[in-house]
Amino acid sequence: MKYCIKGGEIIDPAGGYLGRGDLLFCDGKVVAVGTNLAESSDAEVIPATGKLVLPGLVDLHCHLREPGREDEETVASGARAAVQGGFTAVVAMANTDPAADNAVVISYVHGQATAAGFAKVYPAGAITKGLKGEELAEMGAMAEAGAAAFSDDGKTVMNAAVLRTAAEYSKLFDKPLLLHEEDRNLVGDGVMHEGYWATALGLPGIPSLAETAQIARDLLIAEYTGARFHFCHLSAKESVALIRRAKECGLAVTAEVTPHHLCLTDAMLEGFDPVYRVSPPLRSEADREALWEGLSDGTIDAIATDHAPHSLEEKHREFSLAPTGMTGLETALAAVWTELVITGRISREKLVERMAVRPAQILKKTGGRLRPGDPADLMIFDPDCTWTVKPEDLTSRSRNNPFVGRELRGRVERVWVDGVLKYVHQSFTE
Amino acid sequence: MIRLPKDLLGLQELSCDQINLILETAMVCKDIFKRDLKKVPTMRGKTVVTLFFEPSTRTRTSFEIAAKWMSADTINLTVSSSSVAKGESFVDTGRTLEAMGVDVVVIRHSLAGTPKLLADSISAHVINAGDGAHEHPTQALLDLFTIREQKGSFTGLEVVIVGDIMHSRVAKSNIWGLSKLGAKVTVVGPPTLIPPGLERMGVRVEHDLDRALATADVVNILRIQLERQAKAYFPTLREYSRLYGMNPERLRRAKPGLMVMHPGPANLGVEISEAVSVDPQSVITRQVTNGVAVRMALLYLLTGGGNKDEVLH
Repeated sequence: MKYCIKGGEIIDPAGGYLGRGDLLFCDGKVVAVGTNLAESSDAEVIPATGKLVLPGLVDLHCHLREPGREDEETVASGARAAVQGGFTAVVAMANTDPAADNAVVISYVHGQATAAGFAKVYPAGAITKGLKGEELAEMGAMAEAGAAAFSDDGKTVMNAAVLRTAAEYSKLFDKPLLLHEEDRNLVGDGVMHEGYWATALGLPGIPSLAETAQIARDLLIAEYTGARFHFCHLSAKESVALIRRAKECGLAVTAEVTPHHLCLTDAMLEGFDPVYRVSPPLRSEADREALWEGLSDGTIDAIATDHAPHSLEEKHREFSLAPTGMTGLETALAAVWTELVITGRISREKLVERMAVRPAQILKKTGGRLRPGDPADLMIFDPDCTWTVKPEDLTSRSRNNPFVGRELRGRVERVWVDGVLKYVHQSFTE
Repeated sequence: MIRLPKDLLGLQELSCDQINLILETAMVCKDIFKRDLKKVPTMRGKTVVTLFFEPSTRTRTSFEIAAKWMSADTINLTVSSSSVAKGESFVDTGRTLEAMGVDVVVIRHSLAGTPKLLADSISAHVINAGDGAHEHPTQALLDLFTIREQKGSFTGLEVVIVGDIMHSRVAKSNIWGLSKLGAKVTVVGPPTLIPPGLERMGVRVEHDLDRALATADVVNILRIQLERQAKAYFPTLREYSRLYGMNPERLRRAKPGLMVMHPGPANLGVEISEAVSVDPQSVITRQVTNGVAVRMALLYLLTGGGNKDEVLH
C-alpha cells in the first residue's frame, strides 16, 4: 500500500527538504518527497495542509522499568507513550531489576519491544555489573544481543579507573557511553538545587559543582581514551560552558538536555511536590537560560526525555523520601515547542535536529531523516493546537508528569513507524 | 477582618497583619499566668494531637499546656523513626487521625515539607512545630512576641541571628517574621553554615560576631547541633565556641542593652556560656513563658476564634 501525505510543511533538515510538499511512502520506506506527488500516483492521500510533517523523534534516554517494575511501566506501555509523543525510537536505560547488565535482559527488552510493535526500542546495556561502578559488564555479549549504547544511568561511575577501562574497552564496539554525571560525595544528602529555594524551603541542596566536577573529570578521560562519551541531562550553566570549551578544543563528545530542565526551574518546588524531584535537580533561571543557549549554539546536541515513571505510592509522600524522576515522553515535543519554538528561542529546523537528527547520528542508527529509501518513521504535527495536559490522556503507566495541568501548544496527530500507522488523534492503531 | 489560613505552616506565608493579630491575641492570653485557676473553656470539645517524629520536650509540653489551659483534649503521639523505616505511610497516618475526628494536629518532623503534605491531605488544622531546616513558626512567633514586649517596636531594630543558619528552621522563621515587621536582620556564622540565597530573603550576612554585635539591639543565639562537627562544617566545638560563642567578655564589648535570646535547649559553654544565659540581659526563661501564650493564641485563632477579648472567657 502506498501513502501520500499531501500539502504539509515538511521539515527535514538532514534530508535537505524544508517547505511545503508531498511525501510518498510505501512498504515502510520513503519513496519520494516533492511537489505534486499526490496527483501522479495511486497512493492513498492523507491531507496535511497547515500541518507539519516531521521525521519521527529519537529519544536517547528513557526508563521503561521492565523487567522488574511493570507496575510503573512496561516496554509496551513506554513504547506506546513514545509514539503518542512523536517518538519512533527510544533508548531504554539499563537500571531495571534485574539490571540490563547481560545479554539475556537486553534480548528480553528487545523481544518485548518487537512484540509490542510501537516505537523502536534500543536497549542500553550497563557499563558495570549491577550498575555498581566496580566491574565491567559483558559489553561484547550485550552489543551482539542488540545493545545500542552503554550506560549506568541513575548512577555515576565514581571510580575513574573503572570508567577509563570501560572507555577503552568500549572502543571495540563503537557504541557511545551515556554518562550520568553527579559526584556522589558532593550530592551528599541533597534533594534539590542548592540556591535560594533550597535555603527558603530548608531542603538539603545539591550544588551545581556535583555535576560540573564530574563532567570536568570525564572530559579528561574522554580526551585521554578517545572513547565516545555522551553526557546525559545537563542541568547547570557551568556544565554547558565546560562542554562548549571541550568541543572548541576538538573533543568529539556529545551532550543532551531534558525538556524539564529547559522548561522548569527550582522555583517549582515551593509547594514541596515530589513530582518535581528529579536527578539532576531542576536548577535556577540562569541555568535554564544557559541551557537554551547551549541548545541553540550546538553545544548541546540533543533533547532527551529522561522519562522516569514512578508509582503514585512512591511519589505521594515526604519530599525527601520520594524517588527522583518524572515522565515526559508524551509531552516532550509540545513542551519544547511551547517554551522554545513559539518564543523564537530555537527554530523549527533546529528542534528537529536536536530531537531526531542528532540523536539518530549519536546512536549511528537510521531515523531522523526522510530521504527516499529511509525508513518511513514520521509524523504529522499540528503546530497550532492548544491543549491542556490531563493525567487521563497520558499513556505511561505512571502519572508523575510535571506538565500536568499546563496548557501546551502543538500536538502530534499521526505517527508512522516503518510506514505503519501507529497513532491517530489520541488513539492507537493495533 | 484579619483571618489566619487553615494551617500555620510557616511565617513566609503570613502577612504582617496576620502576625500582629497572633501577637496581640497572645498578649491577652498571657494574662492567664496571673490567675490562680489556669483554665478557660475556650476550646472545650476540641481535640489537639501532637504528632512528633522527632524527640522534643519543650515545644511539645508548651503546646500541651496551651491546649489544656483552654480545655482542649490533648493526645501525644510519638512516632519513632523506626516505624517510618518499616514503611508506615505518613499520608496514611494523617488520614487515620482525621478519621478519628481530630481538630488540630501539631506536627514536628525531621524532613522539610511534611506539615504541608499533611495539611494538603486532611481538613483538620495543621500547626508546624518544626520541619527539617524549613520553618519553626511558633518559635519565631514567641521570639517576636518577646522582642516586642521588651523593645516596643520593630522599626529600625537591629537583630542578629548567630549560629548554624543553614540547618536552622528557627533562623528561617525568624528571618521571615522580623523582616515583615520591619526589623533589620543580620545573620552571623562560619561560611560553611551560611546557605546561599539569604540576601534574597532580605538579610545581611556577616562572619564576625563582634562586629555585628557592636550595633545590634537583639541577638538570637542558635543551638549548635553537636553532630554538625562530625560532618566537618567546623573543626571542633572549642573553635566554634571561640569564634561564635556568647560569653561575658563578648557581651561587654557589645552595644549596651543588647537583649540575649536562645530558643533552647542550650549547649551551655558552647554557643552560650552559663553566665550569659542567666545574665539580666538574657530573656531565655521569658521566651519559654511567652511560648505558652503564643500557642494559646494560635490554637484559639486557628480553630475559629476571632475576637481576642473573648479568648480567656
